[in-house]
Amino acid sequence: MTAFWQGAAYGLGAGIIVGVGTIFGVWGERKVAGRIQKRYGPNTAPVFGIVQLVYDLVKLLTKEDIHPTQAKRGIFNIAPLFLTTPIIASLVVIPFAAGWAPLDSSIGILFFLAVPSISVLGVLLAGWSQGNTYASLGGLRGAAQMVSYEVPRSLAVLSVVMLAGTLQPTRFVSEWRIWWLPLTFIAFVVYFIASIAELNRGPFDLAECDSELVGGYFTDYSGIRWAMFMMSEYGGLVATTLFGSVIFLGAGWPFTGALGVLVLILKTVLLVVLFMWAKWTFPRMRPDQLMSTAWKVLTPMALVQILIIGLVIPWL
Amino acid sequence: MPLEPGASTVPVNEDGSAVRETVVNLGPSHPSTHGVCRVIAHLDGEIVTRAELVIGYLHRGIEKMAEHRTYLQIMPLTDRLDYVGSMYANWAYCQAVEDLAGIVVPERAEYLRIITCELQRIASHMMSVGSTGNDAGATTLFVYAFWVREQVLTLFERLCGSRLTYNYVRPGGVSFDTPDDAWIDEVRAFCKAALPRFNEIDRLFFGNVITKGRTKGVGVLSAEDAINASVTGPSLRASGVDFDLRRDEPYSLYDRFSFNVVVGENGDVFDRARCRLLECYESVRLIQLALDQMEPGRVKAEAVSRLIAPPVGETYKTLESARGTLGVFLASDGGVRPWRMKVRSPAFSNLGIVGPLCKGYTISDLIMILGSFDPVFGEVDR
Repeated sequence: MTAFWQGAAYGLGAGIIVGVGTIFGVWGERKVAGRIQKRYGPNTAPVFGIVQLVYDLVKLLTKEDIHPTQAKRGIFNIAPLFLTTPIIASLVVIPFAAGWAPLDSSIGILFFLAVPSISVLGVLLAGWSQGNTYASLGGLRGAAQMVSYEVPRSLAVLSVVMLAGTLQPTRFVSEWRIWWLPLTFIAFVVYFIASIAELNRGPFDLAECDSELVGGYFTDYSGIRWAMFMMSEYGGLVATTLFGSVIFLGAGWPFTGALGVLVLILKTVLLVVLFMWAKWTFPRMRPDQLMSTAWKVLTPMALVQILIIGLVIPWL
Repeated sequence: MPLEPGASTVPVNEDGSAVRETVVNLGPSHPSTHGVCRVIAHLDGEIVTRAELVIGYLHRGIEKMAEHRTYLQIMPLTDRLDYVGSMYANWAYCQAVEDLAGIVVPERAEYLRIITCELQRIASHMMSVGSTGNDAGATTLFVYAFWVREQVLTLFERLCGSRLTYNYVRPGGVSFDTPDDAWIDEVRAFCKAALPRFNEIDRLFFGNVITKGRTKGVGVLSAEDAINASVTGPSLRASGVDFDLRRDEPYSLYDRFSFNVVVGENGDVFDRARCRLLECYESVRLIQLALDQMEPGRVKAEAVSRLIAPPVGETYKTLESARGTLGVFLASDGGVRPWRMKVRSPAFSNLGIVGPLCKGYTISDLIMILGSFDPVFGEVDR
C-alpha cells in the first residue's frame, strides 16, 4: 500500500511539473515567437502576461464538451489520456538533484526512452476516432514520424550510456564528465533534432500542420480535451529537455544540491528556447523528406557516434 | 447513417465506379486556400491523384452590377475585385473609360498612378511571398513580409485615406494629389528601408535548405503549358517566358523607364515565389525613377463630367497587375451606364492550371502549388 501512495505522490508531483511547464511553456513560446517576429507577445494580462494562460485554462475548462457525430465516442474521449499520461509517467526517473530521482530505477534511462513512446498510440487513436480525413492523415503521419525518430534518438542516448556504463540515472549523473560534452556532440545534435520530431513540433510538425490539415490529429477536439493535447506537447517538451540536460549537459554540473537543481533548470530553459527558436525560424518539411532525414541522415550520424565512442572506450 | 471514420461523402468516380482513394475536401474556408477556394483532393496515401477546384464562393455579380451604375459609381466596385491590389483594378477600369470617352490624363496623374501601382505591387507580392512562407510553415516570414506591406498601406492611407479599397485612380486622373512634399520623402525613405527587408526575406526563406527541398522541383510548369493555359504575370515569367506588358505593350508612361523583367528558369514553386520577391526590387527602382521625373501639375483632367456618357463603341484595355494581365472590356451604347463590362482577371486564368498541375505531388505540395499562383478570390469570382 505504501508503494501505491508513493506512486500517487510521484504522479501528482510530475503532473504539477507538467502543468506548470505548460503554463510557462505556452507563455514562453508566445514571448519567444513575439521577439523573433519583432512584436511583443502577451503583455496586457498581469505579471508579464503569464496570467493570460490562467484565463485561457478557465475558458477551456468551461467550454462545452463537443463530440463530432462521426466520432467513435469512447476512444475519442480517452485518446488524450494516452498522450498525457506516459509523458507525466516518464518524469519520475529524472534525477532532479544529484543522487536523487523520484524512482531511482536501474533501467531508468531505458524507461524514459520507452514510456513516452506509448503516446504514439494516443496520436493514432485520436486521429482515427474522429472520423475526419484531416485527423486520420495527421494521425498516420504522426505515428510514422514518431516511430521512425525513436531509432536515432535511442541510438544517440545509447552512445552516451556506453560511456557511463550504467542505465541508472543517478549513477549516470555522478559518472558524467565535462569532456564528454565535445565527444558526444553529434549524439546531442541527433537527440535534439529527433526530439523535435518526436514532439511533433516545428519544423517537423507534420502531424498537426495547420496549413494543410487544419489541426492534424486533434482537428475536432475542443475544450479540456484539446487542452490535454497542449499539455502533452509542452509536458513532452519539458520532459525531453530535462532528460537532454541530464544526459548530454551533465544535469547540475558543476554544482550539487540546491544550486545544482537551479543549474539543471537553467540548462532546461536554454534547451526549450532553442526548440522554440527552431520552430519559429524554419519552414516545415514534407512527410517523405522527414522520413528520409530520419533514416538516411540521423540514424547514420548516431551510428557514427556510437562507433567513435566504441573506439574511445578502450583508451579510457 | 453515420459514416465510417475516414470515409468520404462523394465516393464516386466520373464513370460511376467507386473511388478507392481517400477524398479530402479542403475548403472553402480552409486556412491555406488564400480565400474561399475549395479543393476536392483524391489522395492515394499522401499523393494527389486528382484535384478539382471549385470556385464561385465569393461571386457578387460585379460585372452585372456595373450595367446598372454610372461610370463613376462603378469605381468602388473595382476596388472589390482584387482586394490585395485594388489600385490595379481601379486603373484598368479607368484606362477603359478614358479610352471610350477620349479623356486625356495629365502627366502628374500618370506618374502618381505608376508610383502607387508599383507600391501596390510590392504590397501584393509581400502578401504572396509571406503566405507562401506561411503555407510552408514559416510563420515568421509572413510577419516580416507584412511589415513591408504595412508601410505601403500607411503611405496609401496618407495619400487617399484608405488602406484596402482605395478608389484612388479615377477617370481622368487620380482623386488626390500627394498630401504634402513630406509624403514623397516618406516614399523615398520606404524605398531605402524596404531593400534590406527584401534581402532579409531572401536569406531567411529562399536561402533555407528546407525551403529549397519543399519548393524546388515542385509544381513544375513548362513554358509551353503556361502559355497554353494563358497563365500571365510572375507565374508565367517564372516558367522562363520573358513577357511583361509594362515593357512589351507599354501603357501610361512606362516607356520612359528602363527596368529589368524578372524571369525564372524552372517554373516551380520556388521560382514563382522568388520571382515575386525579385520584382519588388525592380518596383523600388521604378518608384525612385518616377519620383525623380515627376513634375508639379494637375492631377485630374479638366472638365470630366460627373455623368460620363461615352460615344457608342467598345474597348478592351489591359495592364500588368501583380498577378498578371488584368484587362477590362467596356461596351457603351452612348448612355451614362456601360452596356457591358467584363473583367479578364489574371487570378482566374492562372487558377485553371492548378488542378492538373497538382497531380502526382503530395497534399503538402498541393497547398504550396495553389499558393504559388497567388490567387485572390475577389478577382477570381468577381
